[in-house]
Amino acid sequence: MLQVAKLECRRGDRLLFCGLDFQIEAGTLLHVRGRNGSGKTTLLRTLCGLFTQDSGEVRWKGESIRTLAEDFRRDLLYLGHLNGIKGDLTGVENLRLAATLDGDRVGRDALWAALGRLGLAGFEDLPTRMLSQGQKKRVALARLILSRAPLWVLDEPFTALDLDAVDLLQGLIAGHVAAGGLTVLTTHQAVPLTSGQARHLDLGA
Amino acid sequence: MFTVFWSVLHRDLLLAMRRRTDVLTTLFFFVIVVSLFPLGVGTERAVLRVLGPGVVWVAALLASMLALERLFAADYEDGTLEQLLLTDQPLVLLTLAKVTAHWLLTGLPLVLIAPLVGMQYHLTDSSVAVMMLSLLLGTPVLSLIGAIGAALTLGLRGGGILLALLILPLYIPVLVYGAGAVTVGAASLGEAQPYLTLLAAFLVAALALAPLACAAALRISIE
Amino acid sequence: MTKPWSRFAAPASFYPLAGRLIPVFWVLAAAFILIALYWGFFQTPDQLGGSNAQKDYYRIIFIHVGTAWMSMWLYAVLVAWAAVGLVFKTRLSFMMANAIAPTGAIFTFLALWTGAIWGRPSWGTYWDWDPRLTSELILFFLYIGYIALHSAIDDSRRADRAAALLAIVGLVMVPVIFWSINCPDPNQCAALHQRSGLGKVDGNILFAMLTMTLGLWMYSFATTLMRVRGIILTREAEAAWVQDLVRAQARGS
Repeated sequence: MLQVAKLECRRGDRLLFCGLDFQIEAGTLLHVRGRNGSGKTTLLRTLCGLFTQDSGEVRWKGESIRTLAEDFRRDLLYLGHLNGIKGDLTGVENLRLAATLDGDRVGRDALWAALGRLGLAGFEDLPTRMLSQGQKKRVALARLILSRAPLWVLDEPFTALDLDAVDLLQGLIAGHVAAGGLTVLTTHQAVPLTSGQARHLDLGA
Repeated sequence: MFTVFWSVLHRDLLLAMRRRTDVLTTLFFFVIVVSLFPLGVGTERAVLRVLGPGVVWVAALLASMLALERLFAADYEDGTLEQLLLTDQPLVLLTLAKVTAHWLLTGLPLVLIAPLVGMQYHLTDSSVAVMMLSLLLGTPVLSLIGAIGAALTLGLRGGGILLALLILPLYIPVLVYGAGAVTVGAASLGEAQPYLTLLAAFLVAALALAPLACAAALRISIE
Repeated sequence: MTKPWSRFAAPASFYPLAGRLIPVFWVLAAAFILIALYWGFFQTPDQLGGSNAQKDYYRIIFIHVGTAWMSMWLYAVLVAWAAVGLVFKTRLSFMMANAIAPTGAIFTFLALWTGAIWGRPSWGTYWDWDPRLTSELILFFLYIGYIALHSAIDDSRRADRAAALLAIVGLVMVPVIFWSINCPDPNQCAALHQRSGLGKVDGNILFAMLTMTLGLWMYSFATTLMRVRGIILTREAEAAWVQDLVRAQARGS
């Protein structure tokens, strides 16, 4: 489903990787590995279309993501280093906005349920700037529960999370993959999820 | 489509309501700049009447530009901007929603405070009416053009001063016809009509083109 | 990359080509400028004759008009390269746009400077808000904005593309800006009636002006190519061919 052909990316005038080829099908978890500065984040952002490659192509269902544009972005959920939540809005407001922008109409109950499942019960109505780092991350991750996008691209999703949340997130990703979804992620933490059925891609710096 | 436009607009207005001082800062900046001029050039009525239109428009330019720096910056810092770029909605529409919110918060207050400024400069009633109309048509153009600059200078050191350098020359047509309208409007409303028509034409052109350039600039800057 | 024209789009092959062209353009520039100056100073009639104070001052026109024309033309060329770069994603195009900007800014500055010197005897002031001079000033701001934005961004790729977009926005706005300066009153554009047609100009004067413009054009080619070579070396410092070049030069000296 997701195909990368002869991809070459540069940061400034520095070559990060070139001639990168791989393909992943539905129901795959791809773990991108590599040292700091090897271009993991750039690769993930290129997969999303946020970063423009210097040459090569990223294809989704056989078509270039540049041509698909909005049709591709509908199928995509990206969580980066930044949580993408507003400190002045409450958890519920943040989540509702994210869902609306994703094109989903989500009821109030579903929003509260999603936040509750991520262990944020009692914090739903606080401005997120009052929350801890880990809790903010949880608000961002709550989108995974509501999302219907088949492709998840997650950049270091396990950082700042406590053990319970790490387990919960692993469960979510495993469930997504088992249901035929695709996940591309990076992580430096050793989690059972990535040592199991996952495919690996090593970026050499 | 309208749901998304509305929800981004609503979000930005809601955020502004939770940080009300940011909105008031721009307004007071405008009032202070306008009030300082008579202290510098003297309080002679005839002089003020001549200077008034130009001063008001230059102050509006500066106030609009000052506020523009924050247009995308906050969203850039917390990552909501890259999420906006990844929605399945046209980025042009989202940009337009953000600029609309920005204008409602920084441009519209200037239009509403204009009569007060008119009193400070002893402008005639028809001048004040023309000033409000010209600001109503002109300040959205400022927000639209300025948004391109704000997107280009996103996250740069010294972005604010750079933004001024890039954008102020592009504001000239609005300044010329905005201030011109108020000057000729002293006699009657009808005199100012060609000026206002031109400003309206600028607004239509800016509405059609600026969001495109702004969206392109955001894609370049977000990498 | 098989098309013949695209061969020189690669910095590695453009670098030596530019090196060979630079001396040619310097010679042409010097020749044209010298001819133009000689013709302008000795072979053109006194414009107004008699005891008029403007008698000889007007000869600054040969520098003033040439630099003003070139400053506008170079902005159009800059935008063309920038647009090519954005569309075809060729790095060399951005480098060209980037190399043109300083030359364009210098010409704009020279046009303003000579305009002020000329303005002193003819208008009695260094600066009058003449629409054409004011437009030139705005063009100067546009050049400065381009250069400032490019140098403020560390990531060279973002810098290239952001500055290119700014230049294009500038070009779209230029007619509106110039027009608003020319016709501050939409009912009548007084300044436009003052436009002098080239046909009315004396043949000798026209020849000197055009030759000067050609000379300045050649000068722009030479300086732009020199600057582009510098940019290529900085940007491609990691590339094998640059490393080879540096080694070869080190051996040679």
